[in-house]
Amino acid sequence: MAFISKAARGMSVLGAAAVCLSTGIALAQDDVTVAVTAIVEHPALDAARDGVLDVLTENGYTEGENLTFIYQSAQGNPATAAQIARQFVGQNPSVLVPISTPSAQAMASATQDVPIVFTAVTDPVGAQLISDPDAPGGNITGLSDMSPLADHLDLMREFMPDATRIGVPYNPGEANAVTLVTTLSEMAPEWGFDVVEAAAPRSADVLGAAQSLVGQADLIYVPTDNTIVSALEAVLSVGQDSDMPVFSGDTDSVERGAVATVGFDYYQIGRQTGDIVLRILNGEDPGSIPVTIASGSDLFVNPASAEAMGIEIPQAVMDRATTIVE
Amino acid sequence: MSTFALLGAIEIGLVFSLVALGVFLSFRVLNFPDLTVDGSFPLGAAVTATLIVSGVDPWLATAVAMVAGACAGLVTAFLNVRFNILHLLASILTMIALYSINLRIMGRPNVALLQQETVLTPFYGLGLTQAEVKPIFLAVLLVIVVLLLWRFLVSDFGLAMRATGANPRMARAQGIATSGQIYTGMALSNALVALAGAMFAQTNGFADVTSGVGTIVVGLAAVILGETLFRSRAMLVVLAACVIGSILYRVALALALNTPALGLEASDLQLVTAVLVILALILPGMRNPLKSLIRGNRS
Repeated sequence: MAFISKAARGMSVLGAAAVCLSTGIALAQDDVTVAVTAIVEHPALDAARDGVLDVLTENGYTEGENLTFIYQSAQGNPATAAQIARQFVGQNPSVLVPISTPSAQAMASATQDVPIVFTAVTDPVGAQLISDPDAPGGNITGLSDMSPLADHLDLMREFMPDATRIGVPYNPGEANAVTLVTTLSEMAPEWGFDVVEAAAPRSADVLGAAQSLVGQADLIYVPTDNTIVSALEAVLSVGQDSDMPVFSGDTDSVERGAVATVGFDYYQIGRQTGDIVLRILNGEDPGSIPVTIASGSDLFVNPASAEAMGIEIPQAVMDRATTIVE
Repeated sequence: MSTFALLGAIEIGLVFSLVALGVFLSFRVLNFPDLTVDGSFPLGAAVTATLIVSGVDPWLATAVAMVAGACAGLVTAFLNVRFNILHLLASILTMIALYSINLRIMGRPNVALLQQETVLTPFYGLGLTQAEVKPIFLAVLLVIVVLLLWRFLVSDFGLAMRATGANPRMARAQGIATSGQIYTGMALSNALVALAGAMFAQTNGFADVTSGVGTIVVGLAAVILGETLFRSRAMLVVLAACVIGSILYRVALALALNTPALGLEASDLQLVTAVLVILALILPGMRNPLKSLIRGNRS
């Protein structure tokens, strides 16, 4: 993961250099400061941060020269998130980028002036960051990471035509995850699925939650839940031991061993967020930039995991797959 | 450090000084190590946020939050006094139960207050920025709380409570109903912590079920920092020291995070906290050997 993003960053730096050379004009900008904060550190959120930085780098901002890029994590503590928010606002950066719901809320309450581009917030309206996604108004806009749940249900149905029960481990204390599970439970019957919930308030509880699904579910779906994703290996081991295929909400998890998913990875989310940051740096008013849902249609499959979990990948899926994890 | 970061540190320090005062009551006055606060802080936030969202007056919502916090304290005290469960264990049991209860109260893990009316809303339009209004409001609140608490602790009832913590057997011999004192003290302590949660939710615009993590450490750090800096037996000074300790703790954190030369990042926060508390604990002890060394040289 770290290697991939480093490599990607390296390539993008080369790309930016190539652009500068070929056009012969410097894309030099005024000095800017971009301050990024996340509620907790884990591969997906770190990838989002790297995506933001890479987009800035590719567009003429060089860290240490005309770009000051600050990053701090709140270590999972909302009180720390509140203090980081105030500290960042005090540094008066050009753009603030809070990653996750509590970080975004702390930031929004700390300033009504400095532009905020939130990201990886599943339900920005429910979080009261904005009231109208098309015209957010004020100093705030951003990107929602609402999963393409219909696509995921399609994919799981394609893999398992006879399955009826989806087991979903999630943290009932995580706002993003609860939104996803509620929505999934409402949608699933349309695809002939029932959702079986398994609560895991801490990463230490994930193994137990996954085990509780054995015999209760035909397959496991791991939503983009920070707690579950950080202990994904526990879910995978249960899936392998009991032949319950594990599907995921994000593509990073397929690289770690889930069978398949369709959608975006958090590096792409970071890049799409970076594009919004750029528009603001170029003088656009954040309040007039609509809040969009992250887009992506990459189909990731992991044949080795599929075999270990006792499932065959349909040929049609193999043909469509954009990435086959070795 | 910028003015804004300083005001922010003071604001969050003032919110958590309510926790420090609560922790002072349980740990110091009652000699009751109480970890319930990790649950009663988000409880206060959850009750306030849920009530405000459903249209209840923010002042009333804050008051109800304090009552809820008091109930949490009573449960811990009940487990300890009635069933003789070790205080530490009793408070941990209440704390983990509160996690589920907080989720039940809110119905979801995060309730937003960003667009709701709070107790601070009427003060926003008076020509000051929000960043200035929040610490001023909290400072006024803290002065009131400290004065009330001081009056309480120097009253006959408060003296009985202090006696209960200092020497329960002696207190009982003097005709003090010690269990009643523990109930009252624990209820008061957790009501203060819930008030902190209620103020945190209203100044930061959200209640999150995870916001209780480490509350006890922050509260204890503030109490110890204050005690170390102001060695006094006067109750008013001791209470004020809790507040100042809490603010200094936040300012120290902000400084540590804002000084690139130290090379610290937010991820080092827990370590910084531990080191701060350890320093506050051992520095007073080290003063004496140093003094005797100096005296020794002079003589």
